[in-house]
Amino acid sequence: MAERRRVSSFEWSTAVIGGISLTSGTIVYLRDGYARFVAILTNDLGLFASMLPKMAAGCLVSAFVTRLLPREVVARLVGTESGLLGLLIATLMGAALPGGPLTIYPVAGAFLVLGADAGTAIAFITAWNLLGYNRALIWEMPFFGSDFVFWRIMVALPLPFLAGALARGVLSLAARRGTQA
Amino acid sequence: MSITFLIVNLLLWVLVAVLALTAAVRSKALFREGATEGARDFVLLLPRIMIGVVGSGYIAAIMPQNMITTWIGPNSGILGITIATLAGAITPGGAVVGFSVGAAALKGGGGAPQVIAYTTAWSLYALTRLINWEVAMMPARVVWLRAAVSIPLPFLAGIGAMLIGHP
Repeated sequence: MAERRRVSSFEWSTAVIGGISLTSGTIVYLRDGYARFVAILTNDLGLFASMLPKMAAGCLVSAFVTRLLPREVVARLVGTESGLLGLLIATLMGAALPGGPLTIYPVAGAFLVLGADAGTAIAFITAWNLLGYNRALIWEMPFFGSDFVFWRIMVALPLPFLAGALARGVLSLAARRGTQA
Repeated sequence: MSITFLIVNLLLWVLVAVLALTAAVRSKALFREGATEGARDFVLLLPRIMIGVVGSGYIAAIMPQNMITTWIGPNSGILGITIATLAGAITPGGAVVGFSVGAAALKGGGGAPQVIAYTTAWSLYALTRLINWEVAMMPARVVWLRAAVSIPLPFLAGIGAMLIGHP
């Protein structure tokens, strides 16, 4: 568990967005005046503030789940399942396991070592990307509001399963081609 | 909305309490570590997300609204979803960039299905992330297979949102 998710205090992406935002804010102030400048600020800060309890809860849930649901357990749970149940468990675990790419890809790699097929690993990564509560609560909600995020997740629900099944289809097609050739 | 809002917050904090209690029962150290890391992450992420959220409002205000509405507006249909999907695939950088651009597009006149396609594409196959992270940590064969089967997913998400008429 040594290389657990770490949030670094400085990040280039943030610096770039900060620079662009500062420029944009200055343009708005000079072009549209003080009232518009403040209106945008209060509107966005309002949404941000209303999401703070969810973000804080999201951070705490992630921190505790990381400790209570060890990666080894997830790897064993998913890695040894196959079939449609395997895809379903992979989807659930992908949505449940918090952490960044440093956590997720090694776990997915471990499935493959434990004997899971690529489809299972793909369903897991897709679920982590699209259904993870970690990202939804902490990142997406303050940017888009809860209504948007709720519906985004609703339409994404079947996608990890679909991606896994598609990958299996491609692999079995390739295998059949291989035996024919 | 406000009742649902309260209930969701309440449920989330009940979940936090249950997890914290479970950790505390296992060991005091586990509880302390979890609480400290959760609080620290929150404090460290706070300014980063605030910059993105506030910034997206200003970026939206200076973007040419006509162009956004034409390209990825609510009436841009499948073509708009395609443009948004491509934009998601080529967006570089970390989470702040992806979400700021998405939120700016939504505030600047983009349609919800198109923005959903954008964030889905960005989450699944932003090229810089595939190359910088995933290829380094996963077998390349699996990475490219994952990217290939992910190609239709932003379209399905966007079309799904169009069909159900939400958000």
